[in-house]
Amino acid sequence: MQIKRRTFLGTTLVAAASLSAPAALGQARPRVVVVGGGAGGATAARYIAKDSKGEIDVVLIEPTRRYYTCFFSNLYIGGFREMSSIGHGYGKLASDYGVNVVHDYAIGVDRDAKTVTLAGGGSIGYDRLVLSPGIDFKEGSLPGWDLSAQNAMPHAYKAGSQTELLKAQIEAMPVGGTFCMVAPPNPFRCPPGPYERVSMVAHKLKAENPTAKILIVDPKPKFSKQALFEEGWQNYYGGMIEWIGPDFGGDAVEVRPDTMEVVIDGTVEKVDVCNAIPAMKAGHIAALAGVTNDAGWAPVVPASMQSRMDENIYVLGDACHQGDMPKSGFSANSQAKVCAMSIRGALTGSKVFPAKYSNTCWSLIETDDGVKVGATYKATEEKIAKVDGFISQTGEAAGLRKQTYEESLGWYAGITADMFG
Amino acid sequence: MRALTILAVLVFAASSDGAVAETGDAERGAKVFRQCVSCHQVGEAAKNRVGPHLNGVFGRLAGSVAGFRYSDHMKRASADGLVWTFETLDAFLENPKSLVSATRMSFRGLKKAQDRADILAYLRRYSDKPSDIPESEPTLHLGGPDLDPAVLALQGDPDYGEYLSSECTTCHQADGSSQGIPSITSWPAENFVVAMHAYKQQLRPHPVMQMLAGRLSDEEIAALAAYFGGLD
Repeated sequence: MQIKRRTFLGTTLVAAASLSAPAALGQARPRVVVVGGGAGGATAARYIAKDSKGEIDVVLIEPTRRYYTCFFSNLYIGGFREMSSIGHGYGKLASDYGVNVVHDYAIGVDRDAKTVTLAGGGSIGYDRLVLSPGIDFKEGSLPGWDLSAQNAMPHAYKAGSQTELLKAQIEAMPVGGTFCMVAPPNPFRCPPGPYERVSMVAHKLKAENPTAKILIVDPKPKFSKQALFEEGWQNYYGGMIEWIGPDFGGDAVEVRPDTMEVVIDGTVEKVDVCNAIPAMKAGHIAALAGVTNDAGWAPVVPASMQSRMDENIYVLGDACHQGDMPKSGFSANSQAKVCAMSIRGALTGSKVFPAKYSNTCWSLIETDDGVKVGATYKATEEKIAKVDGFISQTGEAAGLRKQTYEESLGWYAGITADMFG
Repeated sequence: MRALTILAVLVFAASSDGAVAETGDAERGAKVFRQCVSCHQVGEAAKNRVGPHLNGVFGRLAGSVAGFRYSDHMKRASADGLVWTFETLDAFLENPKSLVSATRMSFRGLKKAQDRADILAYLRRYSDKPSDIPESEPTLHLGGPDLDPAVLALQGDPDYGEYLSSECTTCHQADGSSQGIPSITSWPAENFVVAMHAYKQQLRPHPVMQMLAGRLSDEEIAALAAYFGGLD
């Protein structure tokens, strides 16, 4: 069900002309402003526009003109994808669905006036606001690291130039050099992400620099899909990867970007590349809007994804605090559909069905060796609660692992079509 | 997706025997098997023909006979871990498409549970694992996908299906294209319903689909079938 361009030529002009006037005054269609054009925000914008069939004015605020998905960015590092293949524009959201795409930063929310302030100067009124800003890093969480050090020690946890930088640094490593990852503490975006990344770095080094070493400094005693990754690392990259958990000082780490040193429980390690991934919090606009808790995340109502602090604001994806769902693109996409349904119900009286959530995360360990973990969830009063789940098993046949990888390619095509049209 | 339209012309047999236990008669099964021999050989010197040979089929991974060219869908079922047991063979014989959507086995299925039990008792003679011989494990019919005819007759609400479909379209593309994940648009509703119940009853092996189908009600499955069936 696509809304054709022609339907929207007139209405979009009206929307653009009245951007600064709150729609609640009654002379315009109700307006939903979505901040952040990733798996949560792009999906929400598309579904609200598509399913309201023109009854709701949808504005999407996203600073980048081309969005690079974090999911599959590890595959770029491993050489399995081109950067261009994980980049997506917003043209179809505008042309096929009538979404008003504004390339700007949201820098403030006035919850009483129901307006969003933009870095470019203007402000936009809303009837409902969807915040899907992803993550930012907690200042001071990794001693020695701040944003000014992100070129010396890239996080590469927002895909794009950081990812390209990290890959270039790996390629420039001296023969037999050391790649170090400082893994983040819970909760963080994409639980298997750091470990898939290590697999991809190992895949690359095995071919290009086989005597190189990989060091993972990890504050967590265990991690997602651990048995599957450890089995794969043993089978494919035996001896290359060393994991230092909290029992061996992984939780007492400091970095020195100027000298490329990592200090682990007082012991100085000289490294050649350091992928430093600090602790995370909700994207900053959530805090500016005043909808975050002490831990830096935005609590939401499980049945609707509404903020627990403001019923006119919804928070999606990595930024929200909801319960059992992992912070993943799949989760954000799933939450966005519940949010879209809830908003349409509130603004146009359309039918609201019970919330259903699901997630699956695929990871690539080596060529044609994919694994996955997934679960279904339901809304309870207290949280989004896990109902049922599964995980790939160790020792699976090569054919199944290959198919799991191919399935992940299909999922990527599916979810990006679901986000961007 | 084009291949799936072929499914529409294949006659479809609904399960309606109930879950009555059936004991197979291998002698009678040899006779019932005659309708299979134009494609399948079994026994000494059996070779692959239109279909793979059936020696040792019990306990075998689907799609795993060396030298036989399987359909993509059978390869997928194989990679998912579909193993031929009494229960899976019984479901496959009842309606091949219920387990493997676009299998090349264009066979309309054996409606009578007794016929299937008899054929399976016959085929067990050519499966060499001790646990497969008829005396060691009764060839009981455990049923499945065990569908009440009323479930198949449900008329799904496509609008409800459209809402539910958003959970499917994270992976399966609404425009019917398929890259590593099968297309689910334009299926005849019956095939869709039977396939989903086969996942729900864990006859089809894929874990994501078992999990997602497992929490869908009969009405929800019918609604999804109605919605996706109308997309092209």
